[in-house]
Amino acid sequence: MHRHFDDELNELKEKLLRMSSLVEDSISLAIKSLRDRSSELAEKVIHSDSAINILEIEIDELAVKLLALRQPEASDLRFIISATKINKDLERMGDHAVNIAELSLELLKEPPLKPLIDIPRMADLAQKMEKDSINAFVNKDSVLAKQVCEGDNAVDDLNDQIFRELLTYMMQDPKNIQRALNLIIIAKNLERVADLSTNISEDVIYINSGKVIKHHFEE
Amino acid sequence: MEILTKNMISVKDFNFWYGKFHALKNINVVVFEKKITAMIGPSGCGKSTLLRCFNRMNDLIDGTRSNGSIFIEDEDINSPNTDLTCLRKRVGMVFQRPNPFPLSVFENIAFGLRIHDLAKKNKISEIVEDSLKSVLLWDDLKDKLNQTALDLSLEQKQRLCIARTLVTKPDILLMDEPCSALDPIATERIEELMQELVKKYTIIIVTHNMQQAARVSDDTGFMLMGELVEFGATKDIFTKPKDKRTEDYITGRYG
Repeated sequence: MHRHFDDELNELKEKLLRMSSLVEDSISLAIKSLRDRSSELAEKVIHSDSAINILEIEIDELAVKLLALRQPEASDLRFIISATKINKDLERMGDHAVNIAELSLELLKEPPLKPLIDIPRMADLAQKMEKDSINAFVNKDSVLAKQVCEGDNAVDDLNDQIFRELLTYMMQDPKNIQRALNLIIIAKNLERVADLSTNISEDVIYINSGKVIKHHFEE
Repeated sequence: MEILTKNMISVKDFNFWYGKFHALKNINVVVFEKKITAMIGPSGCGKSTLLRCFNRMNDLIDGTRSNGSIFIEDEDINSPNTDLTCLRKRVGMVFQRPNPFPLSVFENIAFGLRIHDLAKKNKISEIVEDSLKSVLLWDDLKDKLNQTALDLSLEQKQRLCIARTLVTKPDILLMDEPCSALDPIATERIEELMQELVKKYTIIIVTHNMQQAARVSDDTGFMLMGELVEFGATKDIFTKPKDKRTEDYITGRYG
């Protein structure tokens, strides 16, 4: 039987998809602004954050409404609860994109410290995780979600490597410290995007199966 | 985006008494066209009385009186000129226990058409079919039209009673606890039916079941001891009620 409630759940899903595509754009523009040394792109990321924030509130309100009015059970309940978490994770990713854009504006004030190699690689990985986690959500794909979680280690390793390399730059010459620090913080922001993608993937598995895999809980 | 809606029923400073008992106290409320409005509240709060004022069913009880006004669109339904038969045709009612006539399925629906002389004889079958379709009964009952309606399941009876109400082409459907005699599955199906019906009709439902009000309605009014304590969009009433008494009732802390 078609339920009127299904239309409302779809509305929630569609809003989340719109949210994720806004966030995806923000992250890729932020990284492009860093790579291409473009202040214009960085500004664009900073300005577009308010649309993400507004949508976050809309999604929260819709979820609260559905919880209050529909008394959802089982998969419906898991979906709505997880939607609020995914919503928050996406909004946070948008904030990380803004952080990266702001840092990239800072870096533009001085010549490049070094050619960027590992940060773009890390950005590619983090972005792929973010896209895959959303695809896993849309397609209810637990296998893909699991892969996203497993990809997190590679990003963490890169983050450590970037940190060590930039540390040597700072030790070489104190004039490098500001720029190296900014790059380290950018890497940290990318690492957080990857972590949040992992969170979303964990929620996808919870929605699909009711299984809690975070913190290796049910292993 | 909210679509602007028309007022269907406007109640102004309305009071109602059963003898000396002041059952409705200074009610002011507007019911919107093609929306589902739910009235909730504990037993004896006046919600059914209010519902029955909308088609003047309370006239059947001795010793009642009222003041204030109830308008349906721009018609004052308590004016001496009101044609009660027309009013009750326009404002259909469905009760707690389905009450089909002891007639065949077909005649249950055709009855209203015949007594109000609403259709030519050769049109009656067509209208019966349409109204059974509109309550999603046609596929189940098309081969049983001549069987007695008393043998149907409770849910089917309730659907039949709704269909019977629809043939007189009402604008408003009053539903007084329409699901309280039904099991949860049948209840869910009647609720889905209401979502279809509201595309064409204005629905007012009185229910003890707060969750049902939450699920089905666009607007909700909370009544207590004859007063309309709070009225507003259902999503607001159930997530951020303004009045402490509403909060206490919907969170189960009342009493």
